Amino acid sequence: MGKRGYGRNIISVPGKYVFLILTILCVAMMLLSFTTDFVTGPFETVAGYIIVPFQKGIGSAGAWLNTRSENIRRINELNEENKELKSRIDELTIRVNDLQRDKYELAELRSLFLLDEQYSDYEKIGARVIGKDTGNWFSSFTIDKGSKDGIKTDMNVMAGSGLVGIVTNVGPNWAQVRSIIDDTSSLSGMVMSTSDNLIVSGDLTLMDDGYIRFSQLMDEKDIVTQGDQVVTSAISNKYLPGISIGYITEIQLDPNNLTKSGYITPVVDFKNLSTVLVVTQLKEDLR
Amino acid sequence: MLRKLTVFLMIIIGYLLQTTLFKAISLAGIVPNILLIITSSFGFMRGRNEGMIIGFTAGLLIDIFFGSILGFYAFVYMFIGFLNGFFRRIFYPEDIKLPMILIGTSELLYCFICYTFLFLLRGKMHLGYYFVHIMLPDIVYTVLVTLIVYKGILFVNEWLEEYEKRRA
Repeated sequence: MGKRGYGRNIISVPGKYVFLILTILCVAMMLLSFTTDFVTGPFETVAGYIIVPFQKGIGSAGAWLNTRSENIRRINELNEENKELKSRIDELTIRVNDLQRDKYELAELRSLFLLDEQYSDYEKIGARVIGKDTGNWFSSFTIDKGSKDGIKTDMNVMAGSGLVGIVTNVGPNWAQVRSIIDDTSSLSGMVMSTSDNLIVSGDLTLMDDGYIRFSQLMDEKDIVTQGDQVVTSAISNKYLPGISIGYITEIQLDPNNLTKSGYITPVVDFKNLSTVLVVTQLKEDLR
Repeated sequence: MLRKLTVFLMIIIGYLLQTTLFKAISLAGIVPNILLIITSSFGFMRGRNEGMIIGFTAGLLIDIFFGSILGFYAFVYMFIGFLNGFFRRIFYPEDIKLPMILIGTSELLYCFICYTFLFLLRGKMHLGYYFVHIMLPDIVYTVLVTLIVYKGILFVNEWLEEYEKRRA
């Protein structure tokens, strides 16, 4: 069999040694990235500048095509909807005025009680989803904003009014976000109506049905029912309090007769996620 | 040099397709594994060394953007490139059966490694569920895509070999 014509320096080394060297390299990288984060830095920068511009291009081309076809298809639909929405606006303006009045009153009362308005608006940065996980086991994605735009690890990510996930890794011009439906995601939530705490964890086996699992709900008086809203709890150490997660769709008593578990339908449509909002407020700075 | 550049470009294109276009047209949330097709094909077309290095590069790319620890996917892909390299002796370009079998088996192996290290070790036992809902569609889809993509990879490889022969 003829020798290959290129890279003589590689050919001269037998396969098993290359295998050994690369294995040691991999193991070393795994150990180093477990203990420190100094190896990932340069890789993240280089890869970021090679890959991200392409992904941005593909992303915006796709979005452009998508909006074009949507536009043509939905003009009639939108006209109808527009009429409907205009009447809704009037209705809502009245309600907003009412609420505005309540809000002033609330602010006044709060100042009397010396309470901070800690659940109010967090500052956010918009970002575009430019790539989704290559495999089928996890659901994380990359966004087109990074440390240059002020993104840091552990910042919460939202879409619309609901929680999407958390930033787990940051490069100079990109960041990795792990969504709450990911199998490794687990966070502390709270039932809005009763303030009971529960654990919300993603589960690959439920992903197709669009649910996430919750467990460890203490509800002795059987008050929590289907349709109750679940938000992030105040005791979580990474997630900001009061962000909407979803609504309880199924609830059952655990075999231990103490806690309850079941399914939550998330507010966010994870299948068609294209833009997200990164909350720049970190939980650790809040305390 | 031309080979290195071309293959590197192929990995980048494969990665980009997999993270953007294929995610958008995925069937039942399942995406074919283009990077594995590239790694595996170069493994049995060009031998262990090249399979390993291509696998390592492809895996590292995934590690950087989506891995929780650096080096895991790099190792898995490198290992697959290495194993496929052993089949170089029985590889003939005209035959599509061997590539399909090898890529299918590689995907199965890849799925099992992922399941064992990333799910089983966290106490997720339902192998049956994961096999039917994740692994099987993944393998079928990947093998189907192989039918199309493999022709392209083969063409590029033959073009490169031709080029190298002329230069030598």
